[in-house]
Amino acid sequence: MRFAFTDEQKMIREAVRGFLAERATAGARAKGIAQLQGFDAALWREMAVDMGWAGLIIPEAHGGLGLGVVELAALMEELGAALIPSPFESTVCLAVQLLLVSGDEKAQAEYFPRIAAGNLTATVAVTEPGGEWNPALIKSQYVRSGSEIRLSAVKYYVPFGDSADVVFVAARKQGTQGATGLSLFAVPCDLPGLIRRALVTMDQTRRQAAITCNDLILPAASMIGEEGRGDIMLAELTRRASTTLAAFQVGAAQRCLDMSVDYTKGRVQFGRSVGSFQTVKHKAADMMIGVESARSIVYYAAALADSHSDEFPEAVAAAKVTCSETYFKVAADAIQLHGGIGLTWEYDLHHYFKNARATEVFLGIPDAHRDVIADHLQLSR
Amino acid sequence: MDLNFSKEDESFRAEIAAWMADNLTGRFAELRGRGGPGDEHSFHDLRHAWEKHMAASGWTCVGWPKDHGGRGLPIEQQVLFFEEYARAGGPGRVGHIGEGLAGPTISAFGTEAQKKRFLPPIVAGEELWCQGYSEPNAGSDLANVHTKAHLEKGEWIIDGQKTWTSLAQHADWCFVLSRTEAGSKLHSGLSYLLVPMKQPGVTVRPILQMTGTSEFNEVFFDGARTSEENIVGKPGEGWSVAMGTLAFERGISTLGQQMNFRNELDAITDIARQNGRDRDPMIRRRLVDAWIGLKVMRANALRMLSKPAAAELPREAYIYKISWATWHRDLGKLAMDVLGPDAEIGEGAPYDLTALQRLFLFVRADTIYAGTNQIQRNIIAERALGMPKEPRGQ
Repeated sequence: MRFAFTDEQKMIREAVRGFLAERATAGARAKGIAQLQGFDAALWREMAVDMGWAGLIIPEAHGGLGLGVVELAALMEELGAALIPSPFESTVCLAVQLLLVSGDEKAQAEYFPRIAAGNLTATVAVTEPGGEWNPALIKSQYVRSGSEIRLSAVKYYVPFGDSADVVFVAARKQGTQGATGLSLFAVPCDLPGLIRRALVTMDQTRRQAAITCNDLILPAASMIGEEGRGDIMLAELTRRASTTLAAFQVGAAQRCLDMSVDYTKGRVQFGRSVGSFQTVKHKAADMMIGVESARSIVYYAAALADSHSDEFPEAVAAAKVTCSETYFKVAADAIQLHGGIGLTWEYDLHHYFKNARATEVFLGIPDAHRDVIADHLQLSR
Repeated sequence: MDLNFSKEDESFRAEIAAWMADNLTGRFAELRGRGGPGDEHSFHDLRHAWEKHMAASGWTCVGWPKDHGGRGLPIEQQVLFFEEYARAGGPGRVGHIGEGLAGPTISAFGTEAQKKRFLPPIVAGEELWCQGYSEPNAGSDLANVHTKAHLEKGEWIIDGQKTWTSLAQHADWCFVLSRTEAGSKLHSGLSYLLVPMKQPGVTVRPILQMTGTSEFNEVFFDGARTSEENIVGKPGEGWSVAMGTLAFERGISTLGQQMNFRNELDAITDIARQNGRDRDPMIRRRLVDAWIGLKVMRANALRMLSKPAAAELPREAYIYKISWATWHRDLGKLAMDVLGPDAEIGEGAPYDLTALQRLFLFVRADTIYAGTNQIQRNIIAERALGMPKEPRGQ
């Protein structure tokens, strides 16, 4: 039993932290937001290729580093602190993770080398208008005829879906309902007939898109994994992606706390440092209690993910609830501790506050994750 | 990161589990789940017999080094010991202050003669200890200790009052933080004295708590005596020795405590399922959040215990006291809300309360003793976050 990062994991984190400290500045964030696709393609290339992050969890045989959820969580924690827009989460934490979960070797061989080489960004389209992260509610559908698949889908809130090169779309076989009949399809985004548009998002660091298609013709080989097992794949994808997103939230919350401590220590009112008032200190202490609790449970969930533990589903539910709610509270408290300047467009905090809300909802609201635990405890619903 | 225990550790787990199953039986069976916080008044003599029974099989002081009579267990196995002990419903330990506080302090700061005199009876479960820190005017502000001691013909003569002293009515010895330099203030001029309890100069008066029972006591020292050599550290070094003792309080037994918490939460969850209160969405949510909170504390404790001992306390260590205290306090209210009107009805006359009623009342102490939640927040802000220190009044 050793619940701590290995030396190799610490080195990876240090490299990530060093790169981001230098390159992921507030100016770089603003530059990314201002781009048509919502991120800075040159910076993304550095992250994906020069730093090797695109291939972090891709097996070595396909040109990646073959690392696991623990390393991915450590990287995401640093990315959360930096809060720099990029298609990293959509490509690696969602698309690559889905291909890993699917066990589809053909699809892995097709996409992994291109993703690892930084030549392809990808995303996963699950949610539809209404937005609930619940595969049983999916209405998008497909029919198979011979060697063809005809896909009709209306997808909404797709992360970085307006710029991705390929989108993995969840749809159900016509005539099925609930959790059955779901499958996933790789859809190249340059296909005529695939219509997509960027949505205006309150959190500008997380671009979202609407994607629709009507009777889009795809080759049968575009189906990812086994037909009809989409519910199982999406459930495991949700757990793994929730773990790494929760780590991102911890990193972001830590940054909000650090900013608040620095600011209140330096700000003088009533002839003394604002940070010397007990009411301010105790709020900061509560923020730290929240952040460290969140960090402990997310590391725990990440370690369980890599060891394929039976305890993983409940642990990750606990992590996503804890990290989502902590991040929102800490970001809100950070604005309070900063006073007026925390409300301004120029200051960084509003990005974190908005991001806290966006990440709280993504991959299921906290109460949806609580239901996982309520079922585990066999409580009435 | 590896959350799995080794084969060797797992076989140790099986060994302690089997020992508990074989031994917490017969006359000891009624001790199962008894004598914990809020119930420390129960079954004292039988629990003392149990302590000696454990000692006879080498299950006391398992984390102490072998040359001090312990088992020298590595941290993982200490964790497993406390977890399995609690899982089996092992009773509150009457020797825990000696094993957890007095012994480690004497080991770290005491003379060879003191180690020889005091450690073996703790290991054997023969001598029980209590802690003489808090006073009526020295609670959170511990440095405001007023109990005095001076040397007279080879003995320390002690005068003053301690309070909130658990187990004082049963203890053989007390470690007393006392002022040995007249006119000294705050942290200077204090000494750490080992004082026998069974003597004419010591009077123990139980404090009747809101539970109707007495775990805590007032202890009056009125010309009480102890031999000149019964001082740990030098005269005037008492504060740093006392802080060392508090550091031992942190840590390893926390997973055993969490196993007890889990037993409590499981019992409350069972009641909710049976009486149907789990259909109330607010109750359901609180049960789920309590479960999450416990999972978070376990993860935090494992993270804390996996760190090698270092001069700088890791951040996760700063949050654990306030986290468990607040969680447990809230669990008490949840228990009452799950029980509904039944929560009002006690076990018997004149004022025998149920286990959950005792829980509800006694957990109010959790956020007060061993550093109140307010003191914890000061410590976190000042030491972990580096914010300015509180100014001290005159």
